[in-house]
Amino acid sequence: MGNLFKIAVRNLLRYKRRTLLTASLITIGVIFVLVFMSVSGSFKNMMIGQITDSMLGHAQVHRTGYVASIDNLPLNLNLTEGAAKRVGAVLDDRPEIAAWSPRIKFGGMFSNFAETTNIRLNGVIPEKEFAVVPLLTSRIIEGEKEMKRGAILIPELLAKGMKVKVGDVVVIVATNKDGSVNGKQFKVGGILQSVTGPGGRDGYIHFDDAVEVLRMEEPEVSEFAIRLKKFDGLHVFTAALDVRLAQELNKDGKPVFEVHTWEQLSPFYNIARMIDVMTFFIKLMLIAIVLISIMNVMIMAVYERIREIGTIAAIGTLPETILGMFVIEGFCLGIVGAVIGNIVGAVLVSIINISRITFNFGMQQGLVLQATVRPADLFIISITVIIVSVIASLQPAFKASRMEPIEALRHV
Amino acid sequence: MVLIQAEKIRKDYQAGEVSIAALKEVSFEIEPASFVSFVGPSGSGKTTLLNLIGCLDRPTGGKLIVADTDTAALDRKQSAAFRGNNIGFIFQDFNLIPVLTVYENIEYPLLMVQNTPVEERKTRVAALLAAVGMSEQKDKYPDQISGGQKQRVAVARALVTNPKLVLADEPTANLDHTTAYMVIDLMKKMRDEFKTTFIFSTHDQKIVKEAEIIYSLEDGELMDRQVQGGKNNG
Repeated sequence: MGNLFKIAVRNLLRYKRRTLLTASLITIGVIFVLVFMSVSGSFKNMMIGQITDSMLGHAQVHRTGYVASIDNLPLNLNLTEGAAKRVGAVLDDRPEIAAWSPRIKFGGMFSNFAETTNIRLNGVIPEKEFAVVPLLTSRIIEGEKEMKRGAILIPELLAKGMKVKVGDVVVIVATNKDGSVNGKQFKVGGILQSVTGPGGRDGYIHFDDAVEVLRMEEPEVSEFAIRLKKFDGLHVFTAALDVRLAQELNKDGKPVFEVHTWEQLSPFYNIARMIDVMTFFIKLMLIAIVLISIMNVMIMAVYERIREIGTIAAIGTLPETILGMFVIEGFCLGIVGAVIGNIVGAVLVSIINISRITFNFGMQQGLVLQATVRPADLFIISITVIIVSVIASLQPAFKASRMEPIEALRHV
Repeated sequence: MVLIQAEKIRKDYQAGEVSIAALKEVSFEIEPASFVSFVGPSGSGKTTLLNLIGCLDRPTGGKLIVADTDTAALDRKQSAAFRGNNIGFIFQDFNLIPVLTVYENIEYPLLMVQNTPVEERKTRVAALLAAVGMSEQKDKYPDQISGGQKQRVAVARALVTNPKLVLADEPTANLDHTTAYMVIDLMKKMRDEFKTTFIFSTHDQKIVKEAEIIYSLEDGELMDRQVQGGKNNG
């Protein structure tokens, strides 16, 4: 095998310019894919991080049917105190969970005594909520970065539109589950920057205030937001939690609870998917580049060395050895392209990080791009390039191995 | 004892709908350690005959036994293995592998065909290098040596596996007369030293005289057999 490598490498060096061009093409392809994957992956991760760490959490538990009607914020699909306690107990038992937070979500009217508009409110227990969505405090652009009873955090655009400042008194009016209306005065404790741009109408009040506004006899919960210790284990965790919670059935024999990942709750998941699709097509382009360039160079190599092939076949070289010689040439080209491409790609990603390139996401300004090269990506790119290189050289190599020595020797 | 036995071998080539007979029922026998030449004008069938003996091609008819093996019965892979173990080739254009040094070219059949152990390989290559007088040039590449030297390397490569038979198709065609005689002398010397049968084709009448047995071919037919230098092949 070592001798096959020696001959293959010498044959590659024999046509230095062609080998250099082909290896360069593969290298450029690898660099392009690696940098694209790193940058787009970084953008995707930051986008997901903004959404999960500012609003949604990594996963949520609801009563079955709640998410299907979530636009209406249906109070009649809240979890009762007993059900909420049972869910809380299950969540407490899961070692993967870093924090969880119960929320009461409801729609209400927001009044500054002069004007009235609608608002979506989240009743939360501050310390639990801040643990699940740690970026929430950084979204408070005015006021204290805390949430006291009687205070309300309102979205920036709502505050501007209603000409409300921190410290102003406002009224929240809401209809409870029974259809009766109740109102309560709140002091504006802070102004929230929107994550997703115009249209954000989510405000925050204390959990107990929400119970009071909705005149709940016992505290109910609309959803549990969950933050995991390791985001990568999200799907394994939600599958396991789903199985655990599915043990509790309603009168119709259907599960009482349902578990959703952030992907099922946010339209931004489609952007993340688009990035994945783009990355997939970029990888396809790399495969095409490697396939075409290696196949081209190997076809040329076979054509130029027909008499040599005839000679080695005549003196007794077995067809599989001839096949191996050419496949190893393609393999070596792939290895060179992959190794140099990975090294240069990693250096470029480092330069991008040092350059501190910023971008905006929604209302978030100046987010610093932090591209990372994952070892798994390096491995996958390298293996892909090497496998495609071998596949691309198979056809010319097979042709060489099947040549009749007598015809090959006659070739001029 | 016979090394090669040819009985009424035919070789037809198809050119469109026309069948052309390159060899017409040729019969002969060659003993081991012979120094044989096939002569004849271009198109007489010399190369075709050497290709058949060398298992590079199959006869259309007749029977060809080489080293006790019916060559027609060998498949592609068996043919390659048979050639690797029994036959050495010397080509008109030398056909050395350009990316290998003189040493590596001679070593190639041992390494890539016979998988010979390293120590034995070194001994045999060194012996052949010395025998063909190329020890000093062993690290040079084919493009760094002359045509005559290339053919000496080719002779060494053909002999390194201790084959029963070496086939040389016009081995002197690309060499000047002095070098050509040197190569033929070398082949004879190797025949004497290794007891290998040498069969070569040529249309050079002066070179032909160096052979001990001369077969004359014309239009695919064996016309004459001459024995020279007191050696009679029966």
